[in-house]
Amino acid sequence: MIELKHVQKSFRVARRSAGFSEAVKALFHREYETVHALRDVSFTIRDGEMVGYIGPNGAGKSSTIKVMSGVLTPDSGECVINGRVPWKERVAHVREIGVVFGQRSQLWWDVPVIDSFELIRDIYKVEDGAYRKTLAQLTELLQLGELIRTPARQLSLGQRMRCEIAASLLHNPKVLFLDEPTIGLDAVSKLAVRDFIRAINRENGTTVILTTHDMQDIEALTERILLIGKGKILLDGPLSSLRDRRSPRRTLTVSYAGGRLPVDSDLTLVEEKEGRAVLSVDTDVISVSEAIARLSAKAELRDVSVAEESIDELVASLYREFSI
Amino acid sequence: MKLYLKLVAMHLKCQMQYKASFLMTCLGQFLTSFTAFLSILFLFNRFHAVEDYSFSEVLICFSVMLTAFSLAECFVRGFDVFPRLVRNGTLDRILVRPRSEIFQVLTSNIEFSRVGRLLQAFVILAYAVPTSGVAWTADRVFAVVLMLLGGVAVFSALFVLYAGFSFFTIEGLEFMNIFTDGSREFGMYPLSVYGEGVLKFYTFCIPIALFQYYPFLYLVGRSDDVRLIFLPLLGFVFLVPCYAFFRFGLRRYKSTGS
Amino acid sequence: MKKYLSFFRIRFAAGLQYRAAAWAGISTQFAWGGMTLLLYRAFYETDAAAFPMTFDALSSYIWLQQSLLALFMAWYFDDEIFESITSGGVAYELCRPCDLYAMWFVKNLAIRFSRAALRCAPILLVAAFLPAPYGMSLPANGAAGVLFIVSLLLGTLVLVAFSMLVYLSAFYTLSPMGVRILATSAAEFFSGGLIPIPFFPEPLQPLFYALPFASTQNTPFLIYTGYLGGREALGGIAVQLLWLAGLVLAGRLLIRRALKKVVVQGG
Repeated sequence: MIELKHVQKSFRVARRSAGFSEAVKALFHREYETVHALRDVSFTIRDGEMVGYIGPNGAGKSSTIKVMSGVLTPDSGECVINGRVPWKERVAHVREIGVVFGQRSQLWWDVPVIDSFELIRDIYKVEDGAYRKTLAQLTELLQLGELIRTPARQLSLGQRMRCEIAASLLHNPKVLFLDEPTIGLDAVSKLAVRDFIRAINRENGTTVILTTHDMQDIEALTERILLIGKGKILLDGPLSSLRDRRSPRRTLTVSYAGGRLPVDSDLTLVEEKEGRAVLSVDTDVISVSEAIARLSAKAELRDVSVAEESIDELVASLYREFSI
Repeated sequence: MKLYLKLVAMHLKCQMQYKASFLMTCLGQFLTSFTAFLSILFLFNRFHAVEDYSFSEVLICFSVMLTAFSLAECFVRGFDVFPRLVRNGTLDRILVRPRSEIFQVLTSNIEFSRVGRLLQAFVILAYAVPTSGVAWTADRVFAVVLMLLGGVAVFSALFVLYAGFSFFTIEGLEFMNIFTDGSREFGMYPLSVYGEGVLKFYTFCIPIALFQYYPFLYLVGRSDDVRLIFLPLLGFVFLVPCYAFFRFGLRRYKSTGS
Repeated sequence: MKKYLSFFRIRFAAGLQYRAAAWAGISTQFAWGGMTLLLYRAFYETDAAAFPMTFDALSSYIWLQQSLLALFMAWYFDDEIFESITSGGVAYELCRPCDLYAMWFVKNLAIRFSRAALRCAPILLVAAFLPAPYGMSLPANGAAGVLFIVSLLLGTLVLVAFSMLVYLSAFYTLSPMGVRILATSAAEFFSGGLIPIPFFPEPLQPLFYALPFASTQNTPFLIYTGYLGGREALGGIAVQLLWLAGLVLAGRLLIRRALKKVVVQGG
């Protein structure tokens, strides 16, 4: 159980100014400004939930993760994870969590991955039996196989990320924080990582909190999303509630041989070029099938495709809506 | 302790993957301290003595200083490169692991290439010991051991202090070089040659003199007070405030995250 | 020329941003200079007759050395340049309408000058008010002052021309580390960076003057203090010019050969 109540955190940063004379001035006098990283963050996550934590860069995602993992002490507010305050009982707390910082490695670069794993086992004081069991499970789920005998520097990014996640799970944590786990991965690796996260959540009941910019991650993994912007939680609910906000418009792309396309206010033309047209349909007024019927009555259609607003566009419009 | 040895072995394994680079760094360490040695040699060639200390006597100071510094740099390197750990996020990783922060910082970096310097320090010690005219009784040998131990403690404390400062300023850290590199360079001579004020500073502020100067007086027979050989142990006391300062900085890091 | 100047301006402004670094550097170098002088005082008191110059002259030498450290620090190398050579990225640099040798040369010069400009004044100013014989004195005479400035510029150019050779060695060796370490140690030692050249044993001194390193910091500082006066000063400057020409020529030849190789092999 993770509970955050009115967590606040602000930093003071020196203002760096451009220009020569400004720089000379800064030599003697420096101005500071306060950045409110977290203004008021509250949420509760039950055991075994998978939550997607989204928001634009600088919205406060990593600050929240840092508070929850005990790296950062907030100015005010409460944060209780499995009955502990992270920054007060650091050692006991971190034994129960796993953290993957997407762009930083915890594996030793020059030695086989398995050596790093064994070291992590010793650092977390994991029992030998439990370690072997977890390792066997992880090896199977992540298809690590021969990878763990290879030095980390020789692994591809996707292979390394899989080992990275495994390393964070060797002590069988109750909560797993994933900070952009699929960043920079190719399509196949992304799918593998997602499958794995799902499997761990299902089989071990691990609570997963995932920050990402990749909306497909969110779509594939999480039932619930938290949207943060300017240090505040703006939206907290199931992914479907987000879908409900989806615009009723659909995009129709048609190829046609002859005739003229009937275009009106319900069916607007976005662009047209050499027998190919992109149209926008307002499904509150007419259904997609009706639109297609209308079109095929006047023109000889060869091909039709329908697209709804992508989740990326959806999130972008959310950001616009909250002006973050 | 078992884990520490494992980590040491791991570092060794990693560094041996880059043998050429390792040897080059050793060579570099050797050369820089060798030119420092040559400087002393040539100055003594001209002046023959400094404050009545002979060349061999100064070499004892030189080698004690160099040994203590190299050992500290080898094993307490994690604190020496601490700003890097903060910048590249290793510190955050350390904070999410269930072991003491100090232990993890210590084992984050162990630099074996310091043997280049260490080797030279030993060679010079081996040369200085028989030629210095010191009567090598058991208590004097014991004194040298204590000097080295105390020296490692004081330099380690300085590295911890350095790491503590890096929580407050990264750019301004250069001033700590006066105490770390400066102590090494200027501690190659008996500290009294710099005058009363400097000696006091190095006794009470940065206690280099505790392991370098006072036991040295007993070693070369300028003082009969056998208690002097235990002064280096006070160097360990210096670890306390430095460690406290580091903890203070770490608390601040946790509250600012920068 | 204009692009080199603007390059210098950017470096200088960037250097100004790091005020804590500047203050820290100033205090470090000040303490370092002070300790060095205290050490020499001990030697002076032991045997004043063996001192090769007046203590005043030595004080000026040490303060100049500390305040202008950035100009003559032999250990400073721009890692970006090494990186671009060893990684083959240098091929992209060739696409720019710049003379590569000149560009790298100016880059190094700019970093050294901007850092020194920022730090030398406070050190010299405080040192000037220290009691004799530990303080900074004025140049031996007006002519020495003028020759000092000329020689200082030349000395910096000689050092940069030398470090260019070290950079360029990266084209020919797989790992530039070894050359870099050797070059740094040699340059520090033979330039009088550890102890001024007049303090070395007389029989060894011809060796020091036969190397280019004496033409970096040694010549200008000794001209300032009057140790090298009149004809000797002019002679020293002439030697500096010779070394500068020689090192630049060698560097140009090396880079031309190296780039030919890069173009042919495609990096």
